[in-house]
Amino acid sequence: MDLHRHLDDELSSLRDRVLLLGGEAEQALERAMYALSERDSDVAREVLDHDDQVDQLEVEIDRQCIDIIALRQPAARDLRFVISVAKMAPVLERIADHACNIARASIDLNNEPELNSALDLSRMAEHALQMLRAALDSFTSNDANTAREIIKSDSEINDLYNHTFHRLIELMVTEPATATRDARLLFVAKHLERIGDYVTDICELTVYMAEAAFIKHSN
Amino acid sequence: MPVQTVAPRIEVRPSAPPPVNSGKAKVAVRDLNFFYGRVQALHNISIEIPERIVMAFIGPSGCGKSTFLRTLNRMNDVIPATRVGGQVLIDDHDIYAPGTDVVELRRRVGMVFQKSNPFPKSIFDNVAYGLRINKVTSSSSELAGRVEQALKDAALWNEVKDRLKTSALSLSGGQQQRLCIARALAIRPEVLLMDEPASALDPIATSKIEELIFDLKKQYTIVIVTHNMQQAARVSDTTAFFLLGKLIEVNATEKMFTAPNEKLTEDYITGRFG
Repeated sequence: MDLHRHLDDELSSLRDRVLLLGGEAEQALERAMYALSERDSDVAREVLDHDDQVDQLEVEIDRQCIDIIALRQPAARDLRFVISVAKMAPVLERIADHACNIARASIDLNNEPELNSALDLSRMAEHALQMLRAALDSFTSNDANTAREIIKSDSEINDLYNHTFHRLIELMVTEPATATRDARLLFVAKHLERIGDYVTDICELTVYMAEAAFIKHSN
Repeated sequence: MPVQTVAPRIEVRPSAPPPVNSGKAKVAVRDLNFFYGRVQALHNISIEIPERIVMAFIGPSGCGKSTFLRTLNRMNDVIPATRVGGQVLIDDHDIYAPGTDVVELRRRVGMVFQKSNPFPKSIFDNVAYGLRINKVTSSSSELAGRVEQALKDAALWNEVKDRLKTSALSLSGGQQQRLCIARALAIRPEVLLMDEPASALDPIATSKIEELIFDLKKQYTIVIVTHNMQQAARVSDTTAFFLLGKLIEVNATEKMFTAPNEKLTEDYITGRFG
């Protein structure tokens, strides 16, 4: 087998693994939000139980990136791909961690009476999930333009977070009895907002991978 | 001899790749063509090599990089039926202009070859050889001083200072190559051409040569031909990629190995060639 064919196979395997990790992160978030909205603590526990596998996948990707760099010494687009994956894997793992934190919050909230307040958490989660799916698609198709568009859309999550933040503070003041639950939901909102930031990081890595352009911190 | 037998079919941009223009050009090549008999080995090469940098030439076997290297001090002159067109300017002087003193040119543009080629003489006499035939020094103490300095510059002094009178052939392969570098440095060239200087050496000896190249660029303009792309990445400031006698791309080495401009370059350095 040609050496470059061997490298291509390894890069392809690495791509599959990082997409698998992305799928795991996406599923963890989706299920954590389901646990929260449907008050289903069993689903929340499943998310928490599954996190070890997500962590393990991240470690495997790390190891595979190091092996490829050490043994294949990739250059140019191959190097950019491996570096991007190496930096993307911990970001995806962190997204899954945030999903776990949401799952924990849902278990706590499910033990208390439901809050009947109109909040934008579902919209935030749906937007975060859409961003994550689109970011993984743009990574797969090496599409820097779409990645840039996704980065712009993070402002919508930030706006929703700010609105939710003020709404929950207002609730804490007007209905002090709900303050503990409000605080937990505030954390959930913050986790979703952070997931938006992480998706932005993924998109920045896609732009680097596709165009060798560093857009991080470039506003 | 790197000769191509078929007409090159390379899609490149109509204009030549932009020369690297960081600093004063020590060597400037304009529209250089080179023929072995009827076979054209180099096609319209234009490039500038700034002073006191290391430039690496990479490319597959037979791409013309060694041929091009040898045009820079007219080493190809000794090969019968060769022909050169275009200009090679060193400090703005065309080295192919009539009346050029080729011996003086090769003093200014030294060369180190793939295989170390020490003379069957002592270590001292090897380094002193060029100084003696060029009558560069006026006293034995000055000669000894120049030899010592050259050996120090080639990072060999500490290993041989106690056995300067022993045969150069008793040195290891890596030491012999550094001795050849010392011999080239003794006559104080301005440009040092290196044709795969470490390809026959083990990793430790290779590492010493690479460290040496890194140190020497403070004083010399160095051009190195290498098949080892990691070596080009490690030692050079700029890299030039040749293919089928054409210069495809010249770029800063870090750019070349992370985001080259030309697809042909990317295909070559990622191993997807052919």
